[in-house]
Amino acid sequence: MIEGAVLEMRGICKYFPGVRALEKVDFTLREGEIHALMGENGAGKSTLIKVLTGVYPMDGGEVMLSDHFVHIRSPQDAQNVGIATVYQEITLCPNLTVAENMYIGRTKGVLTDWRMMNSSAGRLLEELGIPVSPKEQLGNCSIAVQQMVAIARAVDMDCKVLILDEPTSSLDEQEVQKLFNLMRDLKKKGVGIIFVTHFLEQVYEVCDRITVLRDGKLVGEYVIEDLPRVQLVSKMLGKDFDDMADIKTEGDADRIDLSELPVYQANNLTGTTGIKPFDFEIHAGEVNGFTGLLGSGRSESVRAIFGADRVVGGTVKMHGKTVKIRKPLDAMKHGISYLPEDRKLDGIVGDLSVRDNIILALQVMKGFFRPFSRAQAERFADYYIKLLNIKTASQDTPIKSLSGGNQQKVILARWLLADPVYLILDEPTRGIDVGTKVEIQKLVLKLAAEGKSVTFISSEIDEMIRTCSRLIVMRDGKVVGELKGDDLNQNKIMATIAGGES
Amino acid sequence: MSTNEKAISSSNSVKSFFAKIVRNQLFIPIAALLLLIIFNFAADIILHADTSFFKIVLEPSSTGNMVLSGNLITIIDNASELALLAIGMTLVTSASGGQDISVGATIAIAGSTILRIVKGYSPDISGAKFAAVIIGAFLLSVIVSALFGAFNGALVAYFKIQPMVATLILFTAGRSIAAWINNNDNISINDTRFGYFGNFIPGIPVPTPVFITIICIIVIALVLKFTNLRLYSQAVGINASSSRLNGINPKTIKLLSFIILGICVAVCGLIKVSRTSSITYAVIANNIEMDAILAVALGGNNLGGGKFNMTASVLGAYVIQFLTTTLFRMKVSSSAISAYKAIVVILLIIMSSPFIRKWLADRKNRRLAAKAGSNVRKEVA
Repeated sequence: MIEGAVLEMRGICKYFPGVRALEKVDFTLREGEIHALMGENGAGKSTLIKVLTGVYPMDGGEVMLSDHFVHIRSPQDAQNVGIATVYQEITLCPNLTVAENMYIGRTKGVLTDWRMMNSSAGRLLEELGIPVSPKEQLGNCSIAVQQMVAIARAVDMDCKVLILDEPTSSLDEQEVQKLFNLMRDLKKKGVGIIFVTHFLEQVYEVCDRITVLRDGKLVGEYVIEDLPRVQLVSKMLGKDFDDMADIKTEGDADRIDLSELPVYQANNLTGTTGIKPFDFEIHAGEVNGFTGLLGSGRSESVRAIFGADRVVGGTVKMHGKTVKIRKPLDAMKHGISYLPEDRKLDGIVGDLSVRDNIILALQVMKGFFRPFSRAQAERFADYYIKLLNIKTASQDTPIKSLSGGNQQKVILARWLLADPVYLILDEPTRGIDVGTKVEIQKLVLKLAAEGKSVTFISSEIDEMIRTCSRLIVMRDGKVVGELKGDDLNQNKIMATIAGGES
Repeated sequence: MSTNEKAISSSNSVKSFFAKIVRNQLFIPIAALLLLIIFNFAADIILHADTSFFKIVLEPSSTGNMVLSGNLITIIDNASELALLAIGMTLVTSASGGQDISVGATIAIAGSTILRIVKGYSPDISGAKFAAVIIGAFLLSVIVSALFGAFNGALVAYFKIQPMVATLILFTAGRSIAAWINNNDNISINDTRFGYFGNFIPGIPVPTPVFITIICIIVIALVLKFTNLRLYSQAVGINASSSRLNGINPKTIKLLSFIILGICVAVCGLIKVSRTSSITYAVIANNIEMDAILAVALGGNNLGGGKFNMTASVLGAYVIQFLTTTLFRMKVSSSAISAYKAIVVILLIIMSSPFIRKWLADRKNRRLAAKAGSNVRKEVA
């Protein structure tokens, strides 16, 4: 066993019919380190985690936990030997209190000493610096706090290994910092943390070591200082990364003809979701973005444009003509497409096939009484599976069994098939791998070059700067600035978001 | 690498045929039907040393018609109502993720409506006139049942009440409403022509409900083929929020599914009252809602909504009727029959449960994976 290792996995193999998901993968986690597990979608990260937590039985290899061989047959087993997992989706009960959630399933006997439970929960929360009362109902806490409560629960169960699977994807910047502080505290206490994320910056901010997987095989384990960002990306992709610099918006501004009527123009658009009435317009061939912190109203704004939430006021013109957009179908019929922020909740129709998911929007536009023939639907699906390079076993595969990035591509295909004049993409790159992110950004620029208007929203400001020619900055439900040209840089954007309206 | 992949895929294809059959949604209802047939064959040979159970003969009925009779005919005839309800119940289940438990009571309402109209006409009116009366009465009952369906659907779609709770209202009140429609009179229609829909039409040896069911099955098959009903209700049942963002109105689709079930109920009502030319409000179509839900479950459909297989549901209805008839022939007393039925049903439901299916699939996968693994190891060695 390697010195200081708390967990050692050797030669882990996992096969699914026809697929070798993991092939002799080694992984070592040392005491008191934060270890990033990196790889593209389908590289085997989640499979490795699932083998470790007993969700999948492994087909070969061995796991050692502090010098003992362990056989983990179920998630319960994993918990008992001290491996705790906090998933991206909160798996606690929102209708119980914080303390109840921390102790649920762990109290002995029939009787519960509520006072004791609340006070010991309170102590632990304080110790970890989690700003919440143990008696608060969990559902009323922010996602970040809920995640921290899940971590606190894990810590209290004396875990030696803490697995954080994409914990930051629904947190804003401040919440991420709080989470990182908590992770650093735990690290000092000697807990080994496995951190799975798609955010490169976060890896470099908080991790000590990186293990990279690709196509179910181990690429290598690196100390963070030895692996610059560009190299990490090229290791993950397995090729020299055709640099993000490829993506440029040069000449974009010239192409847009501002003398023409805007494709979409809203005046005083008023929704019911807590945003102030706002004006907005976009021209043909333009890519613009909405930015701001989580909860600033950027998603609510585009939802109002699409009619996803109730719109109560304002006028909308498309190509200069006044139109009424009150519900999604109205927007779709006027050539607006909207890829929603929450892929799982609002995007995919999980049990339906990839094909049905692709044709859905166009089919609805065509009408209830005019279904596409099977052959036609297959042609559509085939075309977009090839065009966007969607990795799926077949058209008939339920979309829920695809990886996140491929699910996102299917939703993208759905809206491209609808052939919009104005495409709204809300966080299309969230939770997907670097390669697909670049593909999507390139696609956005290509669509703009073809004369479509695109609104592109991303929490990664880099991405926005690369793709958008104009940024609308929001704070507290209000548009607080509009940046373009030379103003489109990290500092200026940050300053505007933070409130330096100069 | 490539030889290994070939090995995996060939071992896959050998077994995938069997696996595909087992995983097919029609497997459970068809297997259950086959089992029942085999069981009855065996019982025949052991108990009677012949195959009388399956015998179909042409013999004069009580009214003097030459009609087909035999157990199989009884099963197909008596399963008609259940099959019709299974069609509507499948759609409701798919779109709303719940079930309508008021169908038995609504059948009573539909039947009572028909009788209310028909009783006013003396038996000696001409055939054409009588047909017009029946058609009018039936259309009225379709409207009434569809309205009650819409009532259920509105509670579910607009007020977001769980389907079982929403339909509990009519489940409780329906039979009283049915009695109230006819002032709680015991009505019986003396005109033999009224019995045509639930029994035989003179000169035709096959029971009429069989034809009615076939027509309805064809209609729903055409509707599923030429509209997007399947896509919409599945999408709404799986993810209402994303359906809405794709321009579908989930409320309308849920409402529509309940209205379609209401129309199925009206057809059942006609068959039911025609069978006996009378109505007993408290007994007509008693407990049929449970059998209808069972038919959907037996068809391997997820009672939580989403994807559905209409053929499997309809087959499920025939399985249940076959089972009932089999139990009768085994001389199980009618009071005990529910208990026996429950045993068989629980077995079938467990067999078709996602848990067992997943277990079977996992076992298969593990075996394949083990094989793939050993191939890999061999190759490495």
